Amino acid sequence: MNPRSLFKFRLYVAGDTPNSLQAMSNLGALCQKILPNRHEIEIVDVFREPKRALADGIFMTPTLLRLMPSPMRKVVGTLSQAGSVLQALGLENVAA
Amino acid sequence: MNKYSRNLPVQNPGKAETGIDGFDEITHGGLPRGRTTLLEGGPGSGKTLFALRFLVHGAQDRHEPGIFVAFEETSKRIVANAENFRWNLPELQRKKLFFLDAQPTPDLVQSGGFDLGGMLAALGAPVKAMGARRIVFDAIDIVLALLPDATAKRREIYRLHEWLLTSELTGLITTKADGDEASSLSAQPFGFMQFMVDCAVLLNHRVELGVSQRNLRIQKYRGSNFDENEAPFVIGKNGFDVAISRMLGQVDTKVTNERVTSGVKRLDTMLGGGYYRGATVLITGFPGTAKTTLGGAFTQAACKRGERTMFIGFDSDGTEVIRNLKSVGIRLDRYIKSDVLRMISARSITGSAEAMLVRMKALTQEHKARCLVIDPVSTLAKAGNELTAHGVAERLIDWCKSDGITLVCTSLLDEMHGPAQGGASLHISTLADTWIHLNYLVQAGERNRGLSIIKSRGTSHSNQVRELILSDAGVTLADIYTAGGEVLMGTMRWERESAERVANEIAVVAGKLKRVSLDAEAAVLEVRAKSLQTELVAKNVEKTLLVRTTASRAGELSRGHTRMRELRGGDAAVTGSKGGRS
Repeated sequence: MNPRSLFKFRLYVAGDTPNSLQAMSNLGALCQKILPNRHEIEIVDVFREPKRALADGIFMTPTLLRLMPSPMRKVVGTLSQAGSVLQALGLENVAA
Repeated sequence: MNKYSRNLPVQNPGKAETGIDGFDEITHGGLPRGRTTLLEGGPGSGKTLFALRFLVHGAQDRHEPGIFVAFEETSKRIVANAENFRWNLPELQRKKLFFLDAQPTPDLVQSGGFDLGGMLAALGAPVKAMGARRIVFDAIDIVLALLPDATAKRREIYRLHEWLLTSELTGLITTKADGDEASSLSAQPFGFMQFMVDCAVLLNHRVELGVSQRNLRIQKYRGSNFDENEAPFVIGKNGFDVAISRMLGQVDTKVTNERVTSGVKRLDTMLGGGYYRGATVLITGFPGTAKTTLGGAFTQAACKRGERTMFIGFDSDGTEVIRNLKSVGIRLDRYIKSDVLRMISARSITGSAEAMLVRMKALTQEHKARCLVIDPVSTLAKAGNELTAHGVAERLIDWCKSDGITLVCTSLLDEMHGPAQGGASLHISTLADTWIHLNYLVQAGERNRGLSIIKSRGTSHSNQVRELILSDAGVTLADIYTAGGEVLMGTMRWERESAERVANEIAVVAGKLKRVSLDAEAAVLEVRAKSLQTELVAKNVEKTLLVRTTASRAGELSRGHTRMRELRGGDAAVTGSKGGRS
C-alpha cells in the first residue's frame, strides 16, 4: 500500500444522537492525528437520506465505511476503541 | 387505512390476519394490528415460516404490503426455502414484499456502542414507498448479541418498539428461545421483551419417543381473549397449520336425517335404516374379526351410489386390501379405475398423529370425499402419540362432522383389553355416534364372529348379537341361536337349525295325514246322512199313501151302509143319501 495514498471515509450517522456525535468526533480526531491532509470524510445522516443507507446496507448507526483505498472496510460503533479501529481500517502501520 | 380494509368486511379491524389455518381462530382474528408481537421458539420450530406466512398472506390476500428484515438467513435462502409452498414469492417481491438483508457480515468490526436508528431510518424509505402495513424482524437476537451490555440491548428493543408504534406497522419480531417458558424468562437476556410487546407466541418443538411434536402457545395477548392452551401444529404443504377444535360459539354443523347404508343389509335393519350421513362409526374388534371387511362393505356401497370415497389403510397396501376384499365379494377395483374411490396406504407413515391428521385431511379434501374409511384409526395412538392421540381423534371427528363426511373407522383392540376401553387411549368410542363391536365366540371347538351394536345415537337398534358370516357371496348376518340361555353359533347353530327343520317337516306331514283321515270320516257320515234322508222321504210317501187309502176306505164304507139302508127301506131317507142316489 502506498503510504501516501488518500483515505476516503463515509460515516453514516443517525441525526445528532450521542453515539453518532461521539463517532464523528472520534473519527475526526483519529484522522487529524494519523492521516493529516490525506483524508476525506463524508457524513451521511440516515434520517435525511435513508435510501443511501439502504443501498449501502447500513443497519446499525454509526457505521464507518472506508471507501478508499479498496477493498471496502466497515466498522460499526462509536469508534471509541482506537486500537481495533486502526486495525480494521488498515492504519496500524501508518500510525507506527 | 380504508384503502386496505375496503373489500375485507369479515376482518376484525383490530387484528391482522395471519392466514395460518387455526391460528386466526384461536386469536379471534390474528395478530394485534399496529402493535408488536413477539414470536419465540427454539431452532427449527418454524419461526421464520410463521413470520413469512404472515407477510405473504397480507401481501397476497389482504392488500397489506410487508417488509421482511432478515438478520439471520439471507433473503435468497429464505425465498428458496419457501419455494415448496405455493406462495409465489418472486412475484410478490416485485411490489408487495420487500426483503431487507441485514445480516451482520462476518468481517464486521465493531468498536464502541451503536444503535439500530440507522436501520429504522433506512426502513422508512421502503415503508413509505410501498405503503407497507406489516413488518417482520426475523431473529432479532442476532443483532442484539452484538450489543455490549443488557442496558444497550434494552434500549435498542425499546427503540424498535417505539418505531413500530409510531409508524403504525403491525410488527412481528422473532427470537430464539428454549421453548420452555420457565427458563426463558430468567435465562434469556431478552426476557423483558415479553413484557413489552402486546402479544407473545411461543413455538415448541419437542420429540417424544422419537416422534416430533410441534406446539404453539399464546403467552399473552393484550386487549383480547384467546385460546390459552397449547395447540399442536404441523408444517405442511400450505406452510403452517394449527390444529384446533371448534370452539364454543361456533355454528353447529348441519344435521341430516339421511341414512346411508352400511353395505350389509341386515346391519342396516339392525340400525333401523343404516348409519346417519355425516355420522362417525366406530368398528372395534380383535385382529381378524372382519373390521376391514365391514369397512370395505361400506366403501363399496358408497361407491355404488357414486359418492366419492376415500379409504385410508394403515395396515396393508391398497392393492392387498382390494384383493382380500374380493374374496368376500366386495369388488373395489372398478371404482378406483373410475376415480370414485381412492385408496391410500399409509403403512409406513410414522410421525406425529397431528401430522397424519393434516395429511389425511389434505388428501381427503383433494379427493372431495364424502365418505371416509380409516382402517384402523388406532394407528394414531402409536408410540409417541399417546398424549396427543385423543385430541387428534377429536379433531378428526370434528372436522368430518363439519364437512359432512361420513366417517367409518376401525379400531384394533388389544387382546388384553375388553371392549369397554373402546380404542384404548383414543377414547374415540365416546365420540363416535355408532359403535359396532366385533367379537369372537369360541364354542365347541369353533371360533365364530359375533357382531353387536354397542351404541347408536339417534337410531333404534337391535340389542341382539348376530353372527357375521363371510362368504364369497358377500357379508351377511345370521341370527344366532339362543337355547337354554346359551348362544349358539356356527356349526352348532346350523345343527340346531337343521334339527328344527326336520321336526317341522314331520309336524307338517302328520298334520296332513290327520286331515285326510278326518276328511274320510266326514265323507262316510255324509253318505250316511244322505241315505237316511232318502229313507225319510220314502217313509213320508208311505205315510201319505196310508192316510189316503184309509180315508177312501172309510168313504166307501159309509156309502155301503147308506145303500144297504136304502135297499132295506126300513129307515127314512137321509139327506145324505139323496146325493148318493143321483
